[in-house]
Amino acid sequence: MFGQANVLAQGQAEFPPSVEDFYLPSILPWGAHDSYWFTKITFMVWLAVGVLILFFLLSYRNPQLVPTKKQWFAESVYGFVRNNIAVDMIGHAGVRFAPYFTTLFCFVLMTNLFAILPFFQVSPNSHIAFPAFLALISYVLFNYIGIRHHGFKKYFKHALIPPAPWYILPLLIPIEAFSTFIIRPFSLAVRLFANMFAGHMLLLVFTLGGFAMLSANSLLAPVSLVSWLMTVALTLLEALVIVLQAYVFTVLSASYIQGALAEEH
Amino acid sequence: MYLLAAEGGEVAHNPILPIWQEIVVGGIAFIVLCFVLMKFVFPRMEQTFQARVDAIEGGIKRAEAAQAEANKLLEQYRAQLAEARTDAAKIRDDARADAEGIRQDILAKAREESDRIIAAGKDQLAAERATIVRELRTEVGTIAVDLASRIVGESLADEARRKGTVDRFLSGLESTGAR
Repeated sequence: MFGQANVLAQGQAEFPPSVEDFYLPSILPWGAHDSYWFTKITFMVWLAVGVLILFFLLSYRNPQLVPTKKQWFAESVYGFVRNNIAVDMIGHAGVRFAPYFTTLFCFVLMTNLFAILPFFQVSPNSHIAFPAFLALISYVLFNYIGIRHHGFKKYFKHALIPPAPWYILPLLIPIEAFSTFIIRPFSLAVRLFANMFAGHMLLLVFTLGGFAMLSANSLLAPVSLVSWLMTVALTLLEALVIVLQAYVFTVLSASYIQGALAEEH
Repeated sequence: MYLLAAEGGEVAHNPILPIWQEIVVGGIAFIVLCFVLMKFVFPRMEQTFQARVDAIEGGIKRAEAAQAEANKLLEQYRAQLAEARTDAAKIRDDARADAEGIRQDILAKAREESDRIIAAGKDQLAAERATIVRELRTEVGTIAVDLASRIVGESLADEARRKGTVDRFLSGLESTGAR
């Protein structure tokens, strides 16, 4: 977990940063480069899960009609996703998806948050495996719900054939199929992954760039300072991106489910 | 980078290709999270929300029921009060009527009593008068006869008794007196 700090301290940091900076040596076995079962990344995932479970179970161990502060906070998170995402996007039927959306939202938010937490400084979502798995669940979920709601044939007819004149359909059907069944899960995963990847890369560039300039010429120290100030500013921007991407991921999943449930095209 | 890779004996990573171990770990972690939160936390939150809605709506309903009950009681009390007022007025009227009746009764009785007393007094007076007159008549007759006897010097008593002279005289006196 402290790999980056060690690297910085030993002056081994490579500039410019590369993709390999995202793949730190594994924790168990220590230092291995080809073992992925227990790395900083997977540790952070488990940590996020543990913190979320602990927080929600503790704050909702003994729910009261008049909530305590902690209970109120936990309820606000759920209430926000329930009312502002599930019900707003899907309508009253969305309430039954609210628990999943809230879990999804909290998980993405928490794992994203590691991108700017001191000593962690990298989000698990900058490895595409995690966004891909979440996107896969959303993909399976909206197709399953659509098929169960409309029946297999009607769902695909509904999804593939837009209300358009017949002569344009040969063009529209492939586009619809491509966008709904291929682009959707892919874009969902890549959007989150790329945001977190790029965010980490930017922070690396400005942090390591400062060190690189300082070690190249001590006269460049003021520029290094500017570079590090940029890191602080970009960290604030990251904070925004973290929340926004968690929200967007959840909203898009909700929107796909809404599309699968919709009666009209 | 390639140098490093060669040194560490590792392959270069492609960021767009997921690492399957991470998919497994992330998947298990996320499913565990889903299981716990969706089974033990969020349904209870829904229950709490529902309970809260019930509590608020129940409170409003209870307040409405209480209000309705209070209104009903008020109406009842008002009706009872009006009834009591009517009753009181009626009782007062009755009492007044009774009092009047009793007064009339007493008055009538008193008048009757006084009439009776007066009548009794009159009767007694008349009787006494008659007795006195009778006694007087006898006495006056005796006295007159005695007097006449003394004057005449003879006893006229038998004569007078025999012929009723005194009575006749007295009757004559009475009739002149009555005239």
